[in-house]
Amino acid sequence: MSSSPTRLYIPCDSAALSVGADRIAAKIAQDAKQRGLNIDIVRNGSRGLLSLEPLIEVETSQGRIAYGPVRSKDISSLFDANFLAGAEHPLRIGSIEAHPAFKAQTRLSFARVGVIDPLSIDDYKAHGGFKGLAKAITLSSSQIIEQVTQSGLRGRGGAGFPTGIKWQTVFKAEADQKYIVCNADEGDSGTFADRMLMEGDPFTLIEGMIIAACAVGATRGYIYIRSEYPHAMKTMSAAIALAHEHGYLGPNILGSAHSFTLEARLGAGAYICGEETSLLESLEGKRGIVRAKPPLPALEGLFGKPTIVNNVLTLGAIPFILAEGGQAYADFGRNKSRGTLPVQLAGNIKHGGLYEVPFGMSIRSIIMDLGGGTYSGRPIRAVQIGGPLGAYLPAHMLDIPLDYEALSAQKALLGHGGIVVFDDTVDMAKQARFAFEFCAKESCGKCTPCRIGAVRGAEVVNRIIANQDREKNKIVLRDLCEVMTDGSLCAMGGLTPMPVMSAVTHFPEDFDQMPDRKAAE
Amino acid sequence: MSSVRTWDPTLAQNIIDEHSGLEGPLLPILHALQNEFGYIDTRADELLAHALNISQAEVRGRISFYHDFERAPTAPHHIKICRAEACQSMGCEDLVTHITQHHKIGIDDAQHNGSIAFKTVYCLGNCALGPSLMVHDQVIGRAHTSMIDQLINNADQLSDHPELLDEILS
Repeated sequence: MSSSPTRLYIPCDSAALSVGADRIAAKIAQDAKQRGLNIDIVRNGSRGLLSLEPLIEVETSQGRIAYGPVRSKDISSLFDANFLAGAEHPLRIGSIEAHPAFKAQTRLSFARVGVIDPLSIDDYKAHGGFKGLAKAITLSSSQIIEQVTQSGLRGRGGAGFPTGIKWQTVFKAEADQKYIVCNADEGDSGTFADRMLMEGDPFTLIEGMIIAACAVGATRGYIYIRSEYPHAMKTMSAAIALAHEHGYLGPNILGSAHSFTLEARLGAGAYICGEETSLLESLEGKRGIVRAKPPLPALEGLFGKPTIVNNVLTLGAIPFILAEGGQAYADFGRNKSRGTLPVQLAGNIKHGGLYEVPFGMSIRSIIMDLGGGTYSGRPIRAVQIGGPLGAYLPAHMLDIPLDYEALSAQKALLGHGGIVVFDDTVDMAKQARFAFEFCAKESCGKCTPCRIGAVRGAEVVNRIIANQDREKNKIVLRDLCEVMTDGSLCAMGGLTPMPVMSAVTHFPEDFDQMPDRKAAE
Repeated sequence: MSSVRTWDPTLAQNIIDEHSGLEGPLLPILHALQNEFGYIDTRADELLAHALNISQAEVRGRISFYHDFERAPTAPHHIKICRAEACQSMGCEDLVTHITQHHKIGIDDAQHNGSIAFKTVYCLGNCALGPSLMVHDQVIGRAHTSMIDQLINNADQLSDHPELLDEILS
């Protein structure tokens, strides 16, 4: 047995686990033991190139060498080929940093994800962690907020509201108690960046939240994690406990006058709780019913106290901004969309995954150059951007750049940065109907346009599909969508018309099919 | 696997007391009760109402708002099947048809008394490797019909032989 063990990295990210990473890790450990080889397996986050999962990296004299996707049946041949020394093998990828889909990225928020052991504070610090916090505690509140404002960072949950302004509002509010709430209720289909950050580098989120707390004078924080993410909940809770233990949370953080305690809370399967006011209600232990705004949560948020509610990715961008300065972040991007966006490429896609890129890159380039086109190999027909409330765009419109305003000019939205690809087998009338059905199921029920409109909407689409007074019903559909857009209390009812109307506008032929074809379904 | 423990008011009260010092303790309490008993018994309503100083009607309203909480014992094995857009683009509805037509098992059928129950979820955050399932706390990517066949056919043995699950999924 050699003196020092060979270090292997095998992800513990849920996506990697979903294709067997735990089984691979167990089998490798077992085989190494049988072969008398001394190895040390680190369970890291995922590099985000999810079609390569389970992706194993071996630390060698030439750096980290990756192999993937590794199946159980490949393991003995990997050992036989001496992969522990980085040797050739059909699954050998080489250095992940040199992989074209990785090299094309600008990893600021996700710099450490997939690189480090998610629960090692030493690893975190060795890779630049807590630098932003160290800087922040030397600055005044206004100076911290100035850096955030200068970065041009906008809310990454979907609304795109300037983060600096939100922080400034909470800072200026007078109160005996303020809160930092992280929205980790990542319910949009096609998104998983929050999950990957929480599972792969939880301290980045914690650091971002501590900095937010220092900036506005908050002493308590909550991370509201959806219950579909049990691994994220486990990792986040463990990281919070470690941070408390090491003096990053609790009283007098790093010897400063700042105190901050943090707790992770589990949601309970309600999509609407991703809406910030509904999330606050849920945290308070009530039904997740949307609140009317104003008052803004920044002034009357959790338990009626001034509260920053920010998405995981917003808070995850903060440590870089403080460590390197707001300008360094603003140097990336275009127009009013500054910095980078962790794009999530999903659905019918060959190489789906998480790609952090600067704003400005075209949607087509992301799908084709990074994602390699559809998984099925069939032509792309539609792409839904920004989750279930985002627009469906046809293949010919994909040259739009990643940019909040450019997308809204096309009656689309960026949302949380999820891109879901559909091939030419998709039926867009069905997708439109689903948008209503989803809204009907997940509406909180407070406002009428959303509660009733969603149900009526699905019925109207069904009549159009069945060719019942089709033209009249198309008019009703437009009218209904207008009412929902203008009259709903929050984005759930207000944006459900977006996928519906984009389907009607860009794929009218799907609403004019002869009904027998649909009836067969 | 969801544990199914007989209702025990003392244990329930202890769980409630353990969490009642938290700010907004209701959701943590409900999760803890469901973890312990496999569902939230209606006999807990009175205890919750008393502990939180709210009416039983409010307790029920809050519990019923959230899809996660069950009010009656459920099948020992729950499989969540994602039916959101990303999984739709990869054919999750074909899996649903297979479950309902071929196996004659309803989706979201709380009354189903077999050993396996399927529940619709919208997104498991595994959208690049769909269609996705969640078996207990484990996410399964690239799910296919033969995997579902094996899960259903072996459901009775899964409780006693958890290693079977690994075999099915590998």
